[in-house]
Amino acid sequence: MFKILSKEFLCPTVAKFEIEAPLIARKARAGQFVILRIDERGERIPLTLNDWSPERGTITVVALEAGATTRRLNSLRAGDHLADVVGPLGRPAEVERYGTVACVGGGVGIACIYPEVRAFKAAGNHVISIIGSRTKDLLMFEREIREFSDELYVTTDDGSYARKGFVSDVLRELLEKGRKIDLVVAVGPVPMMKVVAEVTRPHGVKTVVSLNPIMVDGTGMCGCCRVEVGGKTRFACVDGPEFDAHQVDFDLLAARNRRYLEEERRALERLKGGR
Amino acid sequence: MAAKIVPKKYPMPEQDPKVRIKNFNEVPLGQDPETVKLEAARCLRCKPTKGKTVPPCVEGCPVGIDIPGFLALAKEGKFDEAIALIKEKNALPAICGRVCPYENQCEGACTLGKKYEPVGIGRVERFLADWERARGFRVPVRPAPTGKKVAVVGSGPAGLTAAADLARRGHAVTIFEALHAPGGVLVYGIPEFRLPKEIVREEVEYVKSLGVEVKLDVVVGKTVTLEELRREHDAVFVGTGAGLPNFMRIPGENLNGIYSANEFLTRSNLMKAYLFPEYDTPTKVGRRVATIGAGNVSMDCARTALRLGAEESYIIYRRSRAEMPARKEEIERAEEEGVKFLLLTLPKRYLGDERGWVREVECVRMQLGEPDESGRRRPVEIPGSEFRIQVDTVVVAIGQSPNPLVPATTPGLKTSRWGTILADEEGRTSLEGVWAGGDITTGEATVILAMGAGKRAAASIHEYLSGKPWPRDWRPVNG
Repeated sequence: MFKILSKEFLCPTVAKFEIEAPLIARKARAGQFVILRIDERGERIPLTLNDWSPERGTITVVALEAGATTRRLNSLRAGDHLADVVGPLGRPAEVERYGTVACVGGGVGIACIYPEVRAFKAAGNHVISIIGSRTKDLLMFEREIREFSDELYVTTDDGSYARKGFVSDVLRELLEKGRKIDLVVAVGPVPMMKVVAEVTRPHGVKTVVSLNPIMVDGTGMCGCCRVEVGGKTRFACVDGPEFDAHQVDFDLLAARNRRYLEEERRALERLKGGR
Repeated sequence: MAAKIVPKKYPMPEQDPKVRIKNFNEVPLGQDPETVKLEAARCLRCKPTKGKTVPPCVEGCPVGIDIPGFLALAKEGKFDEAIALIKEKNALPAICGRVCPYENQCEGACTLGKKYEPVGIGRVERFLADWERARGFRVPVRPAPTGKKVAVVGSGPAGLTAAADLARRGHAVTIFEALHAPGGVLVYGIPEFRLPKEIVREEVEYVKSLGVEVKLDVVVGKTVTLEELRREHDAVFVGTGAGLPNFMRIPGENLNGIYSANEFLTRSNLMKAYLFPEYDTPTKVGRRVATIGAGNVSMDCARTALRLGAEESYIIYRRSRAEMPARKEEIERAEEEGVKFLLLTLPKRYLGDERGWVREVECVRMQLGEPDESGRRRPVEIPGSEFRIQVDTVVVAIGQSPNPLVPATTPGLKTSRWGTILADEEGRTSLEGVWAGGDITTGEATVILAMGAGKRAAASIHEYLSGKPWPRDWRPVNG
């Protein structure tokens, strides 16, 4: 069992959890994820690490309420226990000194880009962070990301805060103005990552995205998370989750992520009905 | 005067196929004590054959159970003593009594079987194990601790067997399991209707009662490294199995509705998707399911599909019936349940709809040519024989490769070109103090062979911990 030490709503649909998991905290690196299961009847879901502390023996994850499991997860409180947390899984981000690195986070992906911002800064890069959300209330980690960024740009789709527009708009402008960027790392919804890939492609800027397919075991055993990169089938859980954005088949990923929409809807209705 | 020979096994009742395809309950229902005594009495009590130390059936058992011994006790109705004798060699008899391919092992070697049906050794073992389970197993006496610590990686059949044997010799054993439940393939792979998970849970509890600690949710290679385990233990056994699913790499294989056997079975068995929405993990099969491949795992998939509500369940296999790798019993059960076999048929590509779901599989008909390196006749495509089958779901069950996680994260641990960990006849690897056994050294095989490997490694580890030096001229036998 894994104890939830603290829980905080970042907005009505997004919660942040600090979980006791000393073995994972000791090994965690930016870009990695955990698989968690709430209880005996729960499904296994992957969540990218938002933070960790080997000293405290804890990890931090952020969950957006998207279906029955995340709704149930977000109803848990400090002091509650999760049946299982396993990790750190996946390959860590390849953090080196590239020069100028743009870290792009969209929606709950901002929580995932945060440790990368920190890691790329620590590796001696000039870090440009671009974060955005649908609306002001959904924006998160602005202060934390600002602390480790040399430049920070913030967008909201509806213009309710900072600049109106998308993170990809900012990135496009920077590149069109001739800013030299050596690496772009993007985490967020599939359509956002796809657009980022198209924005950087004509400029030939190396771009890495963190993919979020459905997973079961998370250790390369089932192949549920297969994605196509450069025409080859890869398992996101062990070969990724980060891949070359210019090689990823985003349409396939989007289609595969819709596999259980009907079942997710049923489960959510059942949960709301109070099972 | 010799007792009259009973030519056939006493039958074991089982669920009617029409009923059982609607549930996940076990298919065979077990035997009653009187029938078991009669079955055990069929044993001829053979002497060891010339030049051997044990009778043929024991020779045929990968873990060396005293088969005539336990049959003699069972015949007398001394069931407690009989199961105790089995457990001297085998900590998992209720599992083995269900999933062992006896026909190739003890029963295959049975003298009676040369002329008649062999003694139903498997079903007697099964009865005895269930007899004990129903009464609560006796907690074994633990030996004095040796002070030695052993780490076992993976809680499948190899790991559980190695752990049990080492604990019985007084060593402190900790099993590290990546998943949230112990048992490896016994819980994620083999379906409930062949091996109820409650039985796995109880036999794991028995292994724990020997003093074995099980740590779940630890991925060796990620959460901890093998090197760290080596530093903290006197010996390490790696039994991580063949967990990497193979795909055919044909067009359309990543369409929605196409599963690996591992994913399909894991969702159903480990995650209990057949109980969705009471359990959170979904699965879906639609009306027509095609399983590619004809091994035991393929039969499990095709039969699971029926129980999940499929109206048509096909096995697609490129060779003919004679070459199917599955056990005869599993093939027969699948047939009884209405699984249809499309033999001499090879999938070439999958065709999907506009939403990315598989709708058809295009196949080509095959004919058998000259024998290949496996000795089986090589299937050859018949040009122009392409045809399509409508499907809602496809399960690719063409085998698994060794799990690469531990070798990939352990410098100095040598592997073969197939990815199996190289080991000598005792299971010793290229790293001192590290043993390996089961599917991770052999490639995909059976539960009982993995148990045999766990047993041999445990004996070798015990000798090492008792002072026997690590060999200087290490020679792997599985290169």
